Amino acid sequence: MKINKEKISGIVFLLIALSALSVLALITIFIFIKGVPIITKVGFFNFVFGMVWDPSHGAYGIFPMIIGSVSVTLGAAILGVPVAISCSIFLAEYAPAALSNIVRPAIQLLAAIPSVVYGFWGLLFVVPAIRNYLGGPGLSILAGSIILAIMILPTIISISEVSLLALPRQYKEGAYALGLTQWQTIRSVLLPAAKSGIVAAIILGIGRAIGETMAVIMVLGNAVAIPQSILDPARTLTTNIGIEMGYASGEHQQALFATGIVLLVIVMILNAFAQYVTRRK
Amino acid sequence: MLIRLMLRFKVKNMKIAIVICRPKRRICTAVSVVILILAVSLISACSNLNKSGIIVAGSTSVQPYAEVLAEEYMILHPDAMIDIQGGGSSAGIMAAQSGTSNLGMSSRILKDEEKSLWYVEIARDGLAVIMNPANPILNLTLDQVSDIYSAKISDWSQVGGTKAKIHIITREDGSGTRDAFVNLVMGESNITPRAIVQDSNGAVRQLVADDPNAIGYISLGLVDETVKALQLDGVAATRDNVMNGSYGLSRPFLFVALAEPMGQTKQFLDFVLSAQGQQILINEGLISPSEGTGK
Amino acid sequence: MKVSSRTAQKAAKILIWASALLVIVILLAIVIFILIKGVPEISWQFLTEIPRNMGRDGGISSTIVGTLLVTAVAVIIATPFGVGTAFYLTEYTREGKVTRIIRFSAESLSGIPSIVYGLFGFIFFVMYLKLGWSILSGGLTLAVMILPTIIRTSEEAIRTVSYQYREVSFSLGGTKWQTITRAVFPSAIRGIAVGVILGIGRCVAETAAVILTAGSALRMPGSIFSPTRTMAEHFYILAREGISMEKAYGTAALLIILIFIINVVANMLVNRFVAKGR
Repeated sequence: MKINKEKISGIVFLLIALSALSVLALITIFIFIKGVPIITKVGFFNFVFGMVWDPSHGAYGIFPMIIGSVSVTLGAAILGVPVAISCSIFLAEYAPAALSNIVRPAIQLLAAIPSVVYGFWGLLFVVPAIRNYLGGPGLSILAGSIILAIMILPTIISISEVSLLALPRQYKEGAYALGLTQWQTIRSVLLPAAKSGIVAAIILGIGRAIGETMAVIMVLGNAVAIPQSILDPARTLTTNIGIEMGYASGEHQQALFATGIVLLVIVMILNAFAQYVTRRK
Repeated sequence: MLIRLMLRFKVKNMKIAIVICRPKRRICTAVSVVILILAVSLISACSNLNKSGIIVAGSTSVQPYAEVLAEEYMILHPDAMIDIQGGGSSAGIMAAQSGTSNLGMSSRILKDEEKSLWYVEIARDGLAVIMNPANPILNLTLDQVSDIYSAKISDWSQVGGTKAKIHIITREDGSGTRDAFVNLVMGESNITPRAIVQDSNGAVRQLVADDPNAIGYISLGLVDETVKALQLDGVAATRDNVMNGSYGLSRPFLFVALAEPMGQTKQFLDFVLSAQGQQILINEGLISPSEGTGK
Repeated sequence: MKVSSRTAQKAAKILIWASALLVIVILLAIVIFILIKGVPEISWQFLTEIPRNMGRDGGISSTIVGTLLVTAVAVIIATPFGVGTAFYLTEYTREGKVTRIIRFSAESLSGIPSIVYGLFGFIFFVMYLKLGWSILSGGLTLAVMILPTIIRTSEEAIRTVSYQYREVSFSLGGTKWQTITRAVFPSAIRGIAVGVILGIGRCVAETAAVILTAGSALRMPGSIFSPTRTMAEHFYILAREGISMEKAYGTAALLIILIFIINVVANMLVNRFVAKGR
C-alpha cells in the first residue's frame, strides 16, 4: 500500500512538473516561432541596429527603442541606486528601531503602488515640472528615469538591507575594535562584504526598470526617432510592444514578437551576470 | 540568488523544530477538485463565443459612444449582454474578421483588403486640430498643418505665433483617427518620427491642454473648454460645418461584421440606427448620417 | 584631498539621513496624494454600483469583482502547478545540468515584461483557443506570468529547509510523500507564501496583459467566460481618457489599500501558521 502511494505521488509530481514546464516552454517557443521569421527576413543586424521603425512602410529597425530602453534604465539607475543604497544603510545601521519600524512598512507601501498610478502621478507632476523648468515637451527620458528610479527603490532597498543585516556581527565588531568610525566601517568593511547581495539587488532593480511598460508609456512620449537629449521623448522596447500590439498583424506582429525575443535575451544576460556576481562570494 | 537572501533572512527567524502538522489531504483534494472544475469548463469553453452576449470591439474613438449606446440598450432590454472592447480600429476589424467579436468598430474607412466585410456607418465624426487656449493662433491652412506634422515647419513663429518649438502630438500607428488624419491632411507626406505618440483621444487632449506649445488632433465630439479647435482654411470646426461639407475633416464611424448581422447583433444594430440611438449620438456631439450630406 | 575621518563621518551621516528622508517624502507625495484625492470617493455606493455612463457615474463594483476573479483564477491555477513543480525539482531529481537550465529559464521567464505575456495570451487564449476576452483568458495569462516566480521562490524555500528535517523524518520511517507533506512543506511554507504573495500583488496591479486578454467590459461579469475590467485597467482608462478624475482617484486609492491589505494579511497568515505548528 505504502509503495503504491509512493509511486503515485511521484508520478503526480512528475505530471505537474511536466505540464508546468511545458507551458513555460510553450511560451518561449511561441515567442521564437513568431519572432524569428521576421529577423531572418529583415536580417539580424538590420533589425537590431536599424534606425527606422515604420511598420506601415515595412521598416523594422529597433535601434531607437534600444537607445530608449538603455537611456531610461541608465537614468533610473543613476538616480535610484545611490538613494536606495543610502536608504538601506540607513535602515541597517543608522536608524533607531522605532524609526525603522515606520520606514520599512513605508517602503513596502511604495512597492504596493501599481505602475499605472506611478505613471499617472508622473504625468501630473514630473512632466509639467520638466516642461516648465527645463524645457521641451516634458515627456522625456528624464521623466521616465525619475519615475522608474522611484519604482525600483523598494526592490533595491529591501534586498540590500537584507544583505547588510545578514553579515556576521564580527565584521562590525572587529572594525570598531580597530578604531574605525561608523562610516569607515560601513564603507570599507560592510559594503564590500555585502557587495554580491547589493549588486544582485541592483540588477534585479534594473531588470524591473527594463520590463516596465505602463508607467513609461504615460511619461516617455513614445516618439519613434532616436532621442538626442534627456529632454527628448523616446520609446522603449517594452512601450513599443505596448502601444502597437493591439492591432498589429502579419509582419508587424512578428516584429513585435521579435522585440520580445530581444527583451528575453537581455533579461537572460542580466540574470547570468547576476548569478556570476553572486557566485563569486 | 537574491531570493535566496530574502528567504534566508526570514527563515532564520524561525525556531528549528520538527513540525508535524495536520494532513494536507483535505487541502489537496479541495485544490484538485477546483482544478478539475476549471479544466472541465475550459474544455467546454473551447466552442465559439459567449452564446448569450455580443461583443463589440475596435476603435477607441468609437468605444465611449458604443458604451453609452450599449448601456441604454441594456436598460431597455435587461436580458441583453453587450460588451464593448477597445484595441483600435485595425484590431476591431481583425476581430470581426476572425469572429472573435460580433461587431468591429472603426473610425476610418475600410482599406481595400478589408472591403469584403459587411459594414454600416453609424455616425460621422469631425476631426478637430487642437491647440492650447493660450496659443494666439486661430487659423491655419491645411498645408501648414501638414508641414507642421512632417516637421517642415518646426517653430510657432513660422506660422504667426510666438517663437517656440512646436510640440507635435499624434496617435499610434493602428489608430483609425490617425489614419483618417493622414488621409485627409498629410497626403503624400509622412508624420515626422519625432512626433509624440499617445494612445487615446483623451491623452492627446490632456497633453495639449497642459502644454502651450502643443498641437494635436482629436474627435470633434471630445473638444471641450480645456483646448481650442483650430479653424482650417478659415472654416471653423463645428458640427454644422461638418454637416454642410465646408469643414473637410470628418470621418465615418463604422460597425463592421463578417456578414450581415442576425439575431441579437441585428437587434442592437437596429437600435443604434434608430431615431433613439441616433439621438444619443447626436447628444454626445456626433453627426448622424441621416442629417446633412457630409462627405 | 584628504578629508578627516570625522568630517567624512558627519557628511555620510547627513547624506544617509537625507536619502531616507527623500524616500519618505516621495512616498508621502505619491500615496498621500492619491489617498487624499481618492478616499473621499469611496463610499458604499462606490463599492456596490457598477460604472454607468462610461464610468462617469455609478461605482466600480464590477471592476472589484473582475480584479478578484481574475487574480483568483490565476493564483488557483498557478500555485499548485508552481509548488508541485518546485517539489519535483528539489525532491525527485538530482542536482545537475537539467535542473540548472530549468532554474535559469524560470528566473529569466519571470523577468520578461508582462506585455509579452499579454501578447502571447491574446493570440493563444483569446484568439487561438477561442476563449475570447474573458476572465478565464486573463486568469490563464496571469497564471502563466506568475508561474516562474512561484516555481523559483518555492524552490528556494524548499531547498533552504535543512537536510536534517528530511533525515529525521526518514529515520522515523516516513515515506517520501510523508516527508514532503509533513516535514518539508511546513518549514518551507513561509518562503512559498512569499512567492505566492508576490504573484498576487503582480496580478492585482497588472494592466497591460489584462487589457488584451480579459477585455475592458464594464458589465458585472456573469461567469468566467465573461469579459471584465480590472481596477487597474479602469483607473488607466478613466485617467487617460479624462472621463472622470474623481472616480479615477477613488479607484487608485482602493487599489493601493487593497494591495497593502493583501500584503499585511498574507504576512499575518504565514506568521500564524508557523506559530501554530510549534
